[in-house]
Amino acid sequence: MSVAVTIETIEKRFDSFTALRGVSLDIQPGELVALLGPSGSGKTTLLRLIAGLEQADRGRVLFGEADTQELSLRDRRIGFVFQHYALFKTMNVAENIGFGLRSRPRQERPSESEINKRISDLLELVQLPGLEKRYPSQLSGGQRQRVALARALAIEPRVLLLDEPFGALDAKVRKDLRAWLRDLHGRTGHTTVFVTHDQEEALELADRVAILNDGRIEQVGSADDVYDHPATPFVCEFLGEANKLPVKVVGGQAFFGDRPVLGGITQNQGGPASLYVRPQHLRIVDETPLALPGTVEHLRRNGPLRRAEIAVEGLKRRLDVDLASQVAPAIGERVRLRITHGNLFAAA
Amino acid sequence: MAAATPLRWREPSILPGFGMALGITLTALSLIVLIPLAALFIKAASAGPADIWAVATSPRTLAALKLSFLGALFAALVNAVFGLILAWVLVRYEFPGRRLIDAAVDLPFALPTAVAGISLAAIYAPNGIVGSLFAPFDIQIAYTPLGVMVALIFIGLPFVVRTVQPVLEELQSDVEEAAALLGASRARTIFKVVLPPVLPALLTGFVLAFARAVGEYGSVIFIAGNVPMVSEIAPLLIVIRLEQFDYAGAAVVATMMLIIAFALILSVNLIQAHARRRFGDV
Amino acid sequence: MSDAALPLAAAAPARRSSARGESLGVRIALIAVSLLFLLLFLLLPLAAVFVEAGSKGWEAYRAAITEPDALAAIRLTLLVAAIAVPFNIVVGIAAAWAVAKFEFRGKNLLISLIDLPFSVSPVISGLVFVLLFGAQGYFGPWLQAHDIKIVFALPGLILATVFVTFPFVARELIPHMQSLGTADEEAALTLGASPWRVFFRVTLPNVKWSLFYGVLLCNARAMGEFGAVAVVSGKIRGLTNTMPLHIEILYNEYMGAAAFAVASLLAGLALITLALKTFLEWRFGDEIAASRRH
Repeated sequence: MSVAVTIETIEKRFDSFTALRGVSLDIQPGELVALLGPSGSGKTTLLRLIAGLEQADRGRVLFGEADTQELSLRDRRIGFVFQHYALFKTMNVAENIGFGLRSRPRQERPSESEINKRISDLLELVQLPGLEKRYPSQLSGGQRQRVALARALAIEPRVLLLDEPFGALDAKVRKDLRAWLRDLHGRTGHTTVFVTHDQEEALELADRVAILNDGRIEQVGSADDVYDHPATPFVCEFLGEANKLPVKVVGGQAFFGDRPVLGGITQNQGGPASLYVRPQHLRIVDETPLALPGTVEHLRRNGPLRRAEIAVEGLKRRLDVDLASQVAPAIGERVRLRITHGNLFAAA
Repeated sequence: MAAATPLRWREPSILPGFGMALGITLTALSLIVLIPLAALFIKAASAGPADIWAVATSPRTLAALKLSFLGALFAALVNAVFGLILAWVLVRYEFPGRRLIDAAVDLPFALPTAVAGISLAAIYAPNGIVGSLFAPFDIQIAYTPLGVMVALIFIGLPFVVRTVQPVLEELQSDVEEAAALLGASRARTIFKVVLPPVLPALLTGFVLAFARAVGEYGSVIFIAGNVPMVSEIAPLLIVIRLEQFDYAGAAVVATMMLIIAFALILSVNLIQAHARRRFGDV
Repeated sequence: MSDAALPLAAAAPARRSSARGESLGVRIALIAVSLLFLLLFLLLPLAAVFVEAGSKGWEAYRAAITEPDALAAIRLTLLVAAIAVPFNIVVGIAAAWAVAKFEFRGKNLLISLIDLPFSVSPVISGLVFVLLFGAQGYFGPWLQAHDIKIVFALPGLILATVFVTFPFVARELIPHMQSLGTADEEAALTLGASPWRVFFRVTLPNVKWSLFYGVLLCNARAMGEFGAVAVVSGKIRGLTNTMPLHIEILYNEYMGAAAFAVASLLAGLALITLALKTFLEWRFGDEIAASRRH
């Protein structure tokens, strides 16, 4: 009874397009889960299925123990924040937030004064006190976003669903709202699922991240799990930059050509494989063992770091390497690279 | 300093032909539209206050204006209701013949008014195909004020449908989904969420239909019966005054029609502008 | 629809969710109401024209549309349209060029003035010319002295027709030309093209379908206009009677079948107009900017 939402082998097709191919996922009460994936991966469809806005062709969605098939949209009690907010533009902020409560059948409806109290509490919560009388067209993007959230919270939702909650905002506002949302979730503790295509956003915000690709969940796990131990090459590449080396695994060592580049491999695998190495997991070293020789071809600034592009014989693409601040090779210099961490996947 | 740039009445452009194009436009506009309309106002004014008052307040003038404006109002209301339903059906539902129906809505734009007039008179006459359905209940449509409404409904329908339709097409689906998820019934969603943003367009269509109906002549006179004080519309009264060589009388009635119509259109435009300021681009 | 990857035709119904739709009963009721309304007010009148026209048989129909007065009315209607429509094409294009390609003060006022004839009763559109050129009009005595007839003659019919159809071409062209901007013309000019060449080779091809659309509506109204020409025509048979006026005379003389026979020709014109209009909207919808509003 500790599961808030259970998704069981959901399949969904739109005419010729298959959006979901057998997706299962458990969401714990109070959890903040990100559905992360490129566009067309099925993440928004999955969110809409949980909300009841789409019907699954196969599989089911459970809230607790209850199958949602029979539940009306009202009885699902879903708080949904749309990508473009979907605020009612002919209603002011207070009317928008109060809409859900005033839509209840008369016997369940709170009194007008309770509704008004709730509206001002929610505006307080989303840090927009005093904006009751404004119309959506008079608000900034970030303010609309928070009104939409307040409106969704007003019905005391079982689950809060957010579709690309920061997608329509500019970079600065996104950052601010991200921290704020994390904080808000910490205070209210709603079971929350949000969709994003921005891996940074997903990793920073979510308790767990589900990575979708082509209608399937590739991996579910904490930010550290999925980033450090990607289950598939797709996850590894989607969650950040990675250099890809074709290697052969023999006796616990990975060989690039005939040169051993990574040792201590415990995974029970052998033969040809792909080794994915993030730029920060390559280090310029002096000693030779388990090192890859190359030539520095490019140096550039990458935010706080410096990035070297290093050509390695036998490899078409240059390796991206993040440099520690005290290391300063010159262009054309021969260097040796040590791989400090890598992810091995059997060659397809 | 460049601060002394004189206020220009037009922005510079490298494109040629502005003078010629504007010249042609203003000349034609003045000769065809503005000077003739000015002549109308001058003629009306030249009648002198006493005569203007006499014409304007004569029971026959008032009855004709009342019929034209109230008839147009009623017809525009009917069109607003059924035009909205029709636009909704055309935008939201798939059914056989939808495209044909969509095209047919424009018929009143294309069908000459005299043709519509005699045809409406034929079917709404007591022995006509529709009129005979009402005859047993002692309801006569053609040759009564009801007949006037029928013609005015015919003439105004496409204005409402064609102004509302594109707005309905562009409505975002997410607000409806949001309302449903917040627990609103379908009826509440439609009346509180979907329709309010459509209201300005509906109002525009209503005004266009109304303006067209107020001045309508061709389709009405065949079905109206044209009984003075009962089923005589204002445009017909103008024609009658003209046939009696009462130019000033015709001009006074015409001027009254124009002034009332423009005042109504202007006030609705002001309401629209207010709504647009408040709700953003609607 | 946000997902551009889906094929366009499939996207709309597929993405329509359960949250957006009325129950089957409501849907059927609304469709039924719409169809009934259209039947009563649009379709029956249209059908009645052809039914009544044929009520006296083919021979009577042929006689009605080939008798000399009818032929004269057809000729006059075509003649009036043949003069009024090209006039409005020239003025409409000039107005659209000035309004759409240049920024100047009073532009919105100019657009409103161009649209003005739409809000004037057709009867008033005719009346104004009688007031100017009629026997007791401002120029009446002078015209009489020089033996020039405008009212109750062809010039009056043309003036009244031009008045009522004045906005049609301009208001289709203006929004379309505004949306196209001036970049094409500026590019052509910098390449050394002469102004007329720019107009005929760059501007006109860009807007040809909205121009055609405007001309179509202008022509339909010009041939079908009743109120305005009724006032200025004098209804002299064989001389100043257009088709709509001929219909009125026949109808008032209780020659219903003959009236409907002539009316059926105009109804046929209306159907052709509608068919062409629908085709243009379907085929060149994005190019006809104002197709949905007039």
